[in-house]
Amino acid sequence: MEHKPKALTVLNWLTGAVFVVALYIVLIWAPQEAIMGDVQRVFYFHVSAGWVGALAFLVTAIVGGIYLARGEQRWDRVAQASVEIGVVFAFINIVTGSIWARPIWNTWWTWDPRLVTATIMELIYIAYMMLRRGIEDPDRRARFGAVYSIVGFISVPLTFLSIRIFRTIHPIVVGSSDPAALGAFDMTVDMRVAFFFSLFTFTLLYITLLWHRLRLQVKMEKIEERKLRALSS
Amino acid sequence: MSEMPPTMNITEQKIEPRANGSLRAYLRSIAAIVWKDLAAEFRSRELIGAMLVFAALVIVVFNFALELDIRTRETVTSGVLWVTFAFAGTLGLNRSMAIEKDRGCLDGLLLAPVDRSAIYFGKAIGNLFFMLIVEAIILPMYSVLYNVNLFQPGLIFVILLGSIGYTAVGTLLASMAVQARTRDVLLPILLFPVLIPLLLAAVKASNGFLQGFEIAEIMPWVNIMIAYDVIFIAVAFMVFDFVVEE
Repeated sequence: MEHKPKALTVLNWLTGAVFVVALYIVLIWAPQEAIMGDVQRVFYFHVSAGWVGALAFLVTAIVGGIYLARGEQRWDRVAQASVEIGVVFAFINIVTGSIWARPIWNTWWTWDPRLVTATIMELIYIAYMMLRRGIEDPDRRARFGAVYSIVGFISVPLTFLSIRIFRTIHPIVVGSSDPAALGAFDMTVDMRVAFFFSLFTFTLLYITLLWHRLRLQVKMEKIEERKLRALSS
Repeated sequence: MSEMPPTMNITEQKIEPRANGSLRAYLRSIAAIVWKDLAAEFRSRELIGAMLVFAALVIVVFNFALELDIRTRETVTSGVLWVTFAFAGTLGLNRSMAIEKDRGCLDGLLLAPVDRSAIYFGKAIGNLFFMLIVEAIILPMYSVLYNVNLFQPGLIFVILLGSIGYTAVGTLLASMAVQARTRDVLLPILLFPVLIPLLLAAVKASNGFLQGFEIAEIMPWVNIMIAYDVIFIAVAFMVFDFVVEE
């Protein structure tokens, strides 16, 4: 990976162009929602960011498993890069969700299963990064990261399930309106197009960022290697 | 059978009697590790002492933090209990694994001809014992201080289930956390997000038993706890090797 591969340059431009198109589609082309108005447009990027967060988490868990099986360092690089991207996008998901919630539900936050699960997922990511930061040995760091990402990934659906049951047995808390009533909407065909296009855009963005971060990691490792060689000679 | 090469025959003959022996040896190594932990703790009492004092303090703090009048007490008891157990538990887990690492016991265990998973089960069961002992003391303490009867079989069952899941995941994560630089702060950060489904179900199930709800209402929570325990014991059993290998 000495010189920037042509494919990456093409990907950069492609992702940039697709993103501009996505902005147009979401902000201008998509129809205005009947009840909520323009604030509903947050939904497109909000869900796409959440999707990338979940995807990144899944990727981390899978390559973690592969690393444990094979021991090859490149899988660990992917895991690390994926987590960093995932933390950012999951955060974007939570914040845009709050922005959408305020005018619709009249509250910044509610203890709905999806919100809580998203927050816990974000906390697991951050814990993952803190775990990695505290370990010196690279092989051990990779192994522990892999183990924790698998444990964390398995716990997320259990968390969602348990909170879901919690909400069905007990009524919604006082103070926020029923989320199912306010804010739910059926998507028209145009909206569906906008929605899937944003999903596609964000996935493309994830791949681009992942590739860049991987190249960065390889370069950082090369620098470390040269530092050690310079120090020892 | 006569066409088979002689080596295969010998291997087959050797496996049969060894299978039973190795299971017994496996269980014996787990028992040995548990016994080591209990014996060491019995002499020094540092773990249980620390956990107990901390748990007692947490209960006292809760008295000021929440207005525990007669009515609120009933609804809030299970939450207070589980928060207490969760925090005291991290103390015990941290200390238990730190002792292994600092005194080089872990290296000794790894050198022994023992399956790595036996080390995991041994440590986890030892930690479970400590946690149960602390809980066994906290329950009467809380009952007396807040005048509420906590000695109900349903509640005790839930506490047992919850402690099993807690120590199963906690032992695995503590083994990792103790090898990091930020060892003491790291365990709660790693453990609590992953523990949420278990804690939530434990609080709900405890509350159900304490307030005398229908069994049908409590069962979903108990089922979640059982599922959680089974899943995470299996996962920990599979990955523990990677956590302790050098």
